[in-house]
Amino acid sequence: MSTLMQFLVYGLQLGSVYALLAIGYTMVYGIVGMINFAHGDFLMIGALSTFFLSQAFSSFAVNGTYSGLIVALIIFVAMVGTGLIGVSVEAIAYKPLRNRPKMSALITAVGVSMFLENFPRALPFIGPSPRSFPMLFPAKRFQIQGVMISTTQIIMIVLSLVFMFILYNVVNRTKIGRQMRACSMDKDAAQLMGININRVISITFFVGAALAAASGIFYASIYPQVDVYMGGWLGTKSFIAAVIGGIGDIRGAMLGGFIMGITEILATSVNSNLGYAIGFVILILILLFKPAGIMGKLTIDKV
Amino acid sequence: MKSIIRKILPLIGVVALYYLIMYLKSIKVMNPYHIQVLMFAGVNIIMTISLNIVNGFTGQFCIGHAGFMSLGAYGASIVTTLIFGGFSVAPNLRIPVFLLGLLAGGLVAGAVGLLIGIPTLKLKGDYLAIVTLAFGEIVRATLRLIEPIGAARGMIGIPPYTNFAWVLFFVVLTLIVARNFIYSKHGRACIAIRDNEIAADAMGINTTKYKIISFVFAAFIAGVAGGLYAHVMSFIQPDTFSFVKSSDLLVYLYAGGTGSLTGSVLGGLLLTVLPEALRAFGNLVNWRIVIYAVTLVIIMLYRPLGLCGGKELPFLKINRKSLYEKSIFSRKTIHPSEISN
Repeated sequence: MSTLMQFLVYGLQLGSVYALLAIGYTMVYGIVGMINFAHGDFLMIGALSTFFLSQAFSSFAVNGTYSGLIVALIIFVAMVGTGLIGVSVEAIAYKPLRNRPKMSALITAVGVSMFLENFPRALPFIGPSPRSFPMLFPAKRFQIQGVMISTTQIIMIVLSLVFMFILYNVVNRTKIGRQMRACSMDKDAAQLMGININRVISITFFVGAALAAASGIFYASIYPQVDVYMGGWLGTKSFIAAVIGGIGDIRGAMLGGFIMGITEILATSVNSNLGYAIGFVILILILLFKPAGIMGKLTIDKV
Repeated sequence: MKSIIRKILPLIGVVALYYLIMYLKSIKVMNPYHIQVLMFAGVNIIMTISLNIVNGFTGQFCIGHAGFMSLGAYGASIVTTLIFGGFSVAPNLRIPVFLLGLLAGGLVAGAVGLLIGIPTLKLKGDYLAIVTLAFGEIVRATLRLIEPIGAARGMIGIPPYTNFAWVLFFVVLTLIVARNFIYSKHGRACIAIRDNEIAADAMGINTTKYKIISFVFAAFIAGVAGGLYAHVMSFIQPDTFSFVKSSDLLVYLYAGGTGSLTGSVLGGLLLTVLPEALRAFGNLVNWRIVIYAVTLVIIMLYRPLGLCGGKELPFLKINRKSLYEKSIFSRKTIHPSEISN
């Protein structure tokens, strides 16, 4: 029982990474209608920039640990910076393709992803070699009824739930959130109602990329190694998580992320290859029975 | 007479191309490395044509095509290496064994394509794309578990049967078969599905059936290409055929232009050779993938239909007039069996 609880803790921890990343996929899909294959690379940019920021602030560190205020500042700067990169990627590469066939946007996203991975790799001061991530959160461990929990895990899970709560309320209760929902229903009608679509899409990319940066910081805090290719697989898996939950629905992305994380940890405890493939198997099973994901609504083509 | 010349001229061109490259090799302008790059380009061209049949001509989104390639590569290598014993095959039996292997690879991939095509092709658009992606990854994870074929370490000691002539032969064969498929009754049904699925359905085309036909056909070709690839490399590994490979193929297809066989040839050839050619600039070695990525984004921004979207070289096209003459509408009597489907 305690082993199962232990796996559940690890699953929640990994699930919060997937969920934060899946939110970005689902928001972009819901509003622009494209699969942003470069989204996983925003995670890498967030983690790498946090690494360099923490090096820049290394004079503030005491015995390799940072004070809470500095950590909050580092995370904030990394999230905003990654968000701005997300906005500029959209403005340069995706905006001109908005009214073109879906597949050309998808191929452009593949190209952008290759660029975002290989540009830092080619820069002499970053390069391809992996780096060890600094300890941003205090790593105190304690035991509750045989289950080991570290403060890092608690901070991660709580912070990601806070981010999701804020985002959910922004989307459902504020003006910009209402504009986002209007755009995801019908972009042309929203434009006729006086909504500035470009602004809404920019904000969507900003929020998505900033949350991806947060998930990158969390991921690097559990598996403390960062390199330029770390975003690829995490991105694909979170995308699968978003589809399992029903793409286009924020609650679905959160649910899918946690389902993905928990099943992956449970399956990895049996066999590591199974852990890798289980998400894809769940995806196929769910799509066969609920073709639009758990929370998604099926749209019917009208002539 | 004119039509015979039009049919023969491209074949003469291909033979001339072969001898030109062999001549360049003999006077040491091209080294074995160049020839190998060209062989990979040929395999990529075949894969791109195969993907074009599904994505470009039937309008379905398959983004896990490397899965079929890996099935073909493993199927062919199991026949040539594990069953017939690889290098111990008698020299005069090598070609039949090689061809048998390729056929086996194609059949394995085609059978799996049929198996997953039946339940999944009912899904639409993006969801189909995601399921094919998942399929590719499940194939990879499964191959990593099977010990007799080397699991995650991969399979070694595959005899290098494929040479440049074989690659060229299969590229030409694929082009001819693909062209004839596209301009056949089945191919036109597929194009109708791409252009408007609901309208095609309303015209009495069994859309699921034709989607499965094109999917299985493409999977077969991809399997043969995988077999060729395995016998160029003489070493295969499940991780070679990951999503990275699938997305490379998508890039070749969409940069070249969907719905155009010429585009597939051009895209597969140029984008395989470009990263290798950039190696020649010594200090740019780290930047070559960056240049490649930027080139791709620029192609998509300024030529969103790809380099030759919708256009076709004359010998890859059957002109509309002869199509019309063959069609049932121009004949006096119509047999009832021709009307159904």
